[in-house]
Amino acid sequence: MMELLQTLEQSGLELLGPFWIPVWTLIKIFAIVLPVMGGVAYLTLAERKILGFMQVRPGPNRVGYWGLLQPLADGIKLLLKELIIPAEANKFLFVAAPVLALAPALAAWAVIPFGEGMVIADVNAGLLYLLAMTSLGVYGIIIAGWASNSKYAFLGALRSSAQIVSYELAMGFALVCVLLAAQSMNVGDIVRGQSNGYGLMGWYFIPLFPMFVVYFIAGVAETNRAPFDLAEDESAIVAGFHTEYSGMGFALFFLAEYANMILIAALTTVMFLGGWLSPVPFLPDSIVWMLAKMSFLLFLFLWFRATFPRYRYDQLMRLGWKVFIPLTLVWVVVVAAWMQTPYWLW
Amino acid sequence: MSKLVNFFKSFLLLELLKGMSVTGRYFFARHITVEYPEEKTPQGFRFRGLHAQRRYANGEERCIACKLCEAVCPALAIKIEVAEREDGSRRTSQYDIDLTKCIFCGFCEESCPVDAIVETRVFEYHGENQGDLYYTKSMLLANGDKHEAQIARDRLADAQYR
Repeated sequence: MMELLQTLEQSGLELLGPFWIPVWTLIKIFAIVLPVMGGVAYLTLAERKILGFMQVRPGPNRVGYWGLLQPLADGIKLLLKELIIPAEANKFLFVAAPVLALAPALAAWAVIPFGEGMVIADVNAGLLYLLAMTSLGVYGIIIAGWASNSKYAFLGALRSSAQIVSYELAMGFALVCVLLAAQSMNVGDIVRGQSNGYGLMGWYFIPLFPMFVVYFIAGVAETNRAPFDLAEDESAIVAGFHTEYSGMGFALFFLAEYANMILIAALTTVMFLGGWLSPVPFLPDSIVWMLAKMSFLLFLFLWFRATFPRYRYDQLMRLGWKVFIPLTLVWVVVVAAWMQTPYWLW
Repeated sequence: MSKLVNFFKSFLLLELLKGMSVTGRYFFARHITVEYPEEKTPQGFRFRGLHAQRRYANGEERCIACKLCEAVCPALAIKIEVAEREDGSRRTSQYDIDLTKCIFCGFCEESCPVDAIVETRVFEYHGENQGDLYYTKSMLLANGDKHEAQIARDRLADAQYR
């Protein structure tokens, strides 16, 4: 597989000369973006199916066999709908906001390794890049809320920004623990640091279990998913930040939300669940493990949504500031001290 | 002590896991949705659907234009005009039910002394133009002729409870 790619790259270089590099980069980008978009489309179907099953009903089952063409039908419908821009809105920002929400969610995939060497940009500060990209996504939401010039959108944006500020810290501290354990900012090295020949036992979720839970919960909050979906609290503020969006603008926010979910699942997999590593020593490591772990975490996202009622705003803030941040701070110290003892096995 | 227990209970997310176990169990439960065009819920013999006017076995219409149904109708959906037929009997010259007004309460059926106006089991009908759901006497009689066998069976089944 690797040799095939290398020969392809060589022949392309001979064929196109200096123009090959942008072409090859574009090919690599498409190789990531298209599967992510397909994943997003079918994640919406999976969500509706799983929510349906948990509510003792079958979910969408009319478009195609078992509803498998439903995402396609939804996409076409949204494409054909009219894009309405409110008269009092800031038109430039109103149009730019959905793009700003989606672009970081896709850009972050550049440093995610799917297998040994299967990464677009093997940068040494990958973790920092990821933190920056996941934080940028919220600007789309804030700008959308402000540019809409609507009270509901504005409230949604306010809630979203306060929420992100609170949970970003906990998320960052949880990643500091991973950083301590792996002693590297390179995402590929973090995964490699989790292989110690005992499969599952080497992954960081065992010594950093509280951080794993905190990171995943903060990830749910970062993506504005239930039970932390106060930014689009549909029972109180219509649809929150995307109240005024229709057609493709709305579709882009939808894509961004689900792309972010997949991204958080991939990040949690890479940081805590050993990325592409096999859980048992006698099976080979491969991308299949990575995808299986991501699917499990995505299932958890949907399971949470089917189970928990939405947090009240003050409870949300209490959880962020009075539980997660102290807990993560303590665990950073614990991990740092633990690593100085001979009992650190990872 | 109980404070400590509570602390660990909330810290280990016990209640959240309990909630997730409930939804997790239901994930594998059989769904109870009736998938309508293919599956239908069972109907009782007192089902109140589309109206019909019945006839006697000899083909004579039952309705004697007593106007009890018109009087009892809470939605004022029934309009009746009376005329004397050539043979001297009292009959309706007009008997209309506006189905857009009708609330399917079944009072017309209950009040009828000769079982002329009934509600059938038919519920899958529609109108495509304004006025399509305004049923006249001839339409109601046609309904009765079409579903008479089922109507008679349902009356018979209901008789023992009256």
